[in-house]
Amino acid sequence: MSDRRNLFNKVWDLHDVRTLPNDQTQLFIGLHLIHEVTSPQAFEILRDRNLKVACPNQTVATVDHIVPTADQSRPFQDGLAEKMMSAIERNCDEFGVTLLDLKDGRQGIVHVVGPEQGLTQPGMTIVCGDSHTSTHGAFGSIAIGIGTSNVAQVLATQTMFLSRPKVRRVVVNGDLAPGVYAKDVILYIIQQLGVQGGVGYAYEYAGTTIDAMSMEERMTVCNMSIEGGARCGYINPDEKTVEYLRGRPSVPTGDEFERAAAWWLTLASGDDAEFDDEVVYNAADIEPTVTWGITPAQSVGVSQPLPNVADCDAGEETLISEALEFMGLAEGEPVKGTPIDVAFIGSCTNSRMSDLREAARIVAGHKVADSVKAIVVPGSQLVREQAMQEGLHEVFEAAGFEWREAGCSMCLAMNPDKLQGREVCASSSNRNFKGRQGSPTGRTLLMSPAMVAAAAIEGRVADIREFAGAAV
Amino acid sequence: MTNTIKSVSGTGIPLMLDDIDTDRIIPARYLRCVTFDGLGDHAFEDDRQQDPRHPFNASKFSGATVLVAGRNFGCGSSREHAPQSLMRWGIKAVIAESFAEIFFGNCCSLGVAAVTAPRDELDKLAAAVEADATLEVVVCLENLTAKAGDLCIPVKMPSSAREALITGEWDYLGQLLSASCAVKEHVLTVPYLNGFSA
Repeated sequence: MSDRRNLFNKVWDLHDVRTLPNDQTQLFIGLHLIHEVTSPQAFEILRDRNLKVACPNQTVATVDHIVPTADQSRPFQDGLAEKMMSAIERNCDEFGVTLLDLKDGRQGIVHVVGPEQGLTQPGMTIVCGDSHTSTHGAFGSIAIGIGTSNVAQVLATQTMFLSRPKVRRVVVNGDLAPGVYAKDVILYIIQQLGVQGGVGYAYEYAGTTIDAMSMEERMTVCNMSIEGGARCGYINPDEKTVEYLRGRPSVPTGDEFERAAAWWLTLASGDDAEFDDEVVYNAADIEPTVTWGITPAQSVGVSQPLPNVADCDAGEETLISEALEFMGLAEGEPVKGTPIDVAFIGSCTNSRMSDLREAARIVAGHKVADSVKAIVVPGSQLVREQAMQEGLHEVFEAAGFEWREAGCSMCLAMNPDKLQGREVCASSSNRNFKGRQGSPTGRTLLMSPAMVAAAAIEGRVADIREFAGAAV
Repeated sequence: MTNTIKSVSGTGIPLMLDDIDTDRIIPARYLRCVTFDGLGDHAFEDDRQQDPRHPFNASKFSGATVLVAGRNFGCGSSREHAPQSLMRWGIKAVIAESFAEIFFGNCCSLGVAAVTAPRDELDKLAAAVEADATLEVVVCLENLTAKAGDLCIPVKMPSSAREALITGEWDYLGQLLSASCAVKEHVLTVPYLNGFSA
């Protein structure tokens, strides 16, 4: 009889150390990724209780959130950031954890670094004190964001308690139209299912649209699972997954790699796999998508008008009115043409090579609008180096973008990169929450990197499909 | 160490908005720290700055311990700084229509009672608390009720989280450590830790 378990349940069962009478599973964790913001208090808990890191070889740290992307000389100008940097250096040194720090050429956003180094592999359980850990699900792993108390638990025991979620298959079929990207697919899914639609679920993304995506595109989709409420999102491993991983530093070689690849492929949900729920979407219904509000579900296709409060579902009026007021946007108006002040290309959602190549292709030969400050922040030092070998930095700089060092930067503005006052930012990041980009009154419009590039040049939200010379 | 939490009582503070994210609960700039000390002062900092009438600005609610909130409370980031800031502000229980998952898990880790209730009941509770900020709200985890004056509403909590608080076994680290032998054995069954031949 065939195994009708979906990938999630196969991987979960493999890591189930014990199930308590209350249905909580003590789950073994294969890979624990660490960064400087959510770990210092966890290491302090270990010190207080005289505990060691249980599996230092399955624990890898890097620095990303607070990293300055312009002047990286030490000590940092921000004393608090310097203190955090010193803390993770000391903690990793004392507890024997590998730290990919600024001097290490592999440093970058933790969710870019994991896959890039081949640390992220199919069939693993992966945790990190960061909600965008769902990114790693693109490889067919169970990858979830955890809080600091959980970080301490995983450091000390390589396990944590979790309740098994339900699994919803989110199917997208068909070809994406020119100018429509993975970012638009996930924004559309969140728009359809809502920001809490995924609470209690893991999302399996499937269908011919997902199958056709590159690994980097799949990471973009899985990355924003949490914005739809799903703590975990994943995609079944296939030959693309295997080929992406082949030859990466932390991946086995030779016969062991072949055994690994064969095992990875067995994990995929079969055609008759069982799910708790399923939704099906058509790629043809997805436009280049832009958020207009203060949650990632408040988005429209770029050719569509903003919603009218009167047409909203009962109970939604307050949210929509609050969002329109904060954003300074009027109901029923087109989103296209909304003036912007800042353009940000970066974040764990969209800062990989394919994102930078596509954005560079759009800006080549154009100039950023006079009124716009535009920055590109590569996701890792390796991405940055590769982009520079390809000359992308010259394309961006010639157009008027600033070319920065790797980090999280203006996605959450814990470093010096921040919006000022009520600035509006066209951003390739993942959250448009009030104040997210560093100014309490700053405003964020989420969109694909290509759309950010077009907005930077036009000085306003543009439709990439109509953008001069884009030839999408 | 037993630290049983069978009920939480104190005055309430209403915040009946939906999709309150963790960036609003504690803006990211306050995450530049290596301890959680002092985060209570910055709970809802930016919302409070922009809205003088924000409940966390109102002196009548200043000693509140029970937060009454809307749908999808605590969505967004995994930062434990969010429930830490509420806890350090004085909140011991949150009654909401629903919670984001990571936020809920973080509350459990901290012994903050996070329970849900239907919206119409929450609206009544919020109105009662708004009308009389001195009203004592009692969240009983054993009976799964929240009482305030004449009002008594049913609340829900997943049984695992509820049992942990009631029995005082929400020190999950201790429980996880107690299974260390089982973990060592389990490692031997994980293919990627055994050359993919396990």
